[in-house]
Amino acid sequence: MSDNFALRLYVAGQTPKAVRAFSNLRKICEEYLQGRYSIEVIDLIENPALGRGDQILALPTLVRRLPTPIKKIIGDLSNTERVLVGLDLRPRPPDL
Amino acid sequence: MAKHKLERSEIQKAPTGIPGLDDITNGGFPQGRPTLVSGGPGSGKTLLGVSFLVNGAQQYAEPGVLMTFEENAAELAQDVRSLGYDLDSLVSQKKLIVDYIHVDRSEIEETGEYDLEGLFVRLEHAIKEIGAKRVMLDTIETLFGGLKDTGILRAELRRLFRWMRDRGITAVVTAERGEQMFTRQGLEEYITDAVISLDHRVHEQISTRRIRVVKYRGSTHGTNEYPFLIDRDGITVLPVTSLLLEHEAPNQRVSTGLESLDEMLGGKGYFRASTVLLSGTAGTGKTTLAAQFLEAACARGEKCMYFLFEESPSQLIRNMRSAGIDLQRWVDKGLLKFHADRPNRHGLETHLLAMHHAVEVFDPDVVVLDPITNLMAVGTQSDVRMMLTRVIDYFKTRGVTAVFTSLTSSTQSLEATESMISSLMDTWILVAVAEEARKRNRWIYVLKSRGMSHSNDVRAFEITDYGVRITPLDKGSPAGKPLSVASGARRTPTPTARKRK
Repeated sequence: MSDNFALRLYVAGQTPKAVRAFSNLRKICEEYLQGRYSIEVIDLIENPALGRGDQILALPTLVRRLPTPIKKIIGDLSNTERVLVGLDLRPRPPDL
Repeated sequence: MAKHKLERSEIQKAPTGIPGLDDITNGGFPQGRPTLVSGGPGSGKTLLGVSFLVNGAQQYAEPGVLMTFEENAAELAQDVRSLGYDLDSLVSQKKLIVDYIHVDRSEIEETGEYDLEGLFVRLEHAIKEIGAKRVMLDTIETLFGGLKDTGILRAELRRLFRWMRDRGITAVVTAERGEQMFTRQGLEEYITDAVISLDHRVHEQISTRRIRVVKYRGSTHGTNEYPFLIDRDGITVLPVTSLLLEHEAPNQRVSTGLESLDEMLGGKGYFRASTVLLSGTAGTGKTTLAAQFLEAACARGEKCMYFLFEESPSQLIRNMRSAGIDLQRWVDKGLLKFHADRPNRHGLETHLLAMHHAVEVFDPDVVVLDPITNLMAVGTQSDVRMMLTRVIDYFKTRGVTAVFTSLTSSTQSLEATESMISSLMDTWILVAVAEEARKRNRWIYVLKSRGMSHSNDVRAFEITDYGVRITPLDKGSPAGKPLSVASGARRTPTPTARKRK
């Protein structure tokens, strides 16, 4: 897999959920995507207009910009298995 | 008006600007609070909400934010454009912001805790950007299809409505009608200030839209179902039962267009803002009498509206020309407007609402409904009477003089014109035909005319190439042969005029 993962994490301020989501994301990326990922954190409180482009409703939202197609994962990313499924790094198990 | 006295003790209102709706809600939606609008598909909830926003932005200096959750957002702008709303121009004037949020469950993975802060941030940003006072959420219930965790969703919606209240936002929240509840997801549990229900019913193949204020905390409101109409001028609600019997009765008189008929009505003609019934069997000249009145009104520079339920405008103009009345020139001058409609095309309410609306827009001094009997066939007797009462009240409050023609069938007694409508009429003129000596002679008499002394003579009535002639039966003509006063071709009605009915 040579694809680079361009990830965007939308948050609104340093809320506990946002902090949790960021550290969970870092952990997952380091473990599964080492060297081929970038994370951009967008704080909608500073840049509220940026919420429109990716149709942000829930927070935190992780958007996989690349590789296409665009994928969205909402929540604090505490369930690693689900995040991996959401990023297409794992096949979707039948119960999800 | 008496109802304004009540408002002092009531909560503040944000006017919707929708004709009629502000009457039944006593001023509009509760200011600074959310109002729930529920209805089935195609019931007009989105259009109602958009009207609220557009009118707020255009008429009440209250900018608005439209947040739509529907999948096909592009259709929205198109739909409302057909009502004459140009959202793009309001957006460029910074009076409106339209934001789309679409959530597709298939492309979203949920893991762990989240909230809908993204929605709050976007809403707040939009509100601040233009100083919005009004918000519409259309239809927020679709989020239930996009997110799995309905526990979070419900808690967040509750927070959202409280959040909008805290900011003094007047909101309209649309929702699909549920099977057991007003809304599919029970939003009425969260929005308790005002609940409006819309309905689109088809009865005997005739569809009618209705609106009802189910609940309105801290305010009096009409509780009935009111018919409403959606056309290219937007939404109109017919708030009829809120009208009181308080219209003024002017003493001013208007000529009937015929000196001889004026003479039968105390020498001065009809009262302005009164109702006139012209009844008679087929082909007696009721329409000609009405046209004569219009001719005189237009010549005085008054605006007239002619509602046709039988003929087309061009047919009527042609027929009246043969009686020496040129209506076309008044159409050209913009003083006369026709409104032709098939009686069975809509329900009675829709007809009367359309009339209501047409009168509101054109603002005529005189209206003619020809023939009212065709319209009466569309509904039941009590419906017809109620509706006519409403429309007549409306005409009177606007100071409109209204002329109704009524066709009596030849087997009925002449005065049998439905008792239910005659009591609503101030002046009732009867035209009859008697066959004598192989000739059909017309007669006319005034059956009643409230508030004036009127002639109780039966007089001869003829339609000539130069209009209507009314002559006494006794003087100068042998009784029973009224037409002998005229000579030559003048005395026979022209063939077209006779064929009219």
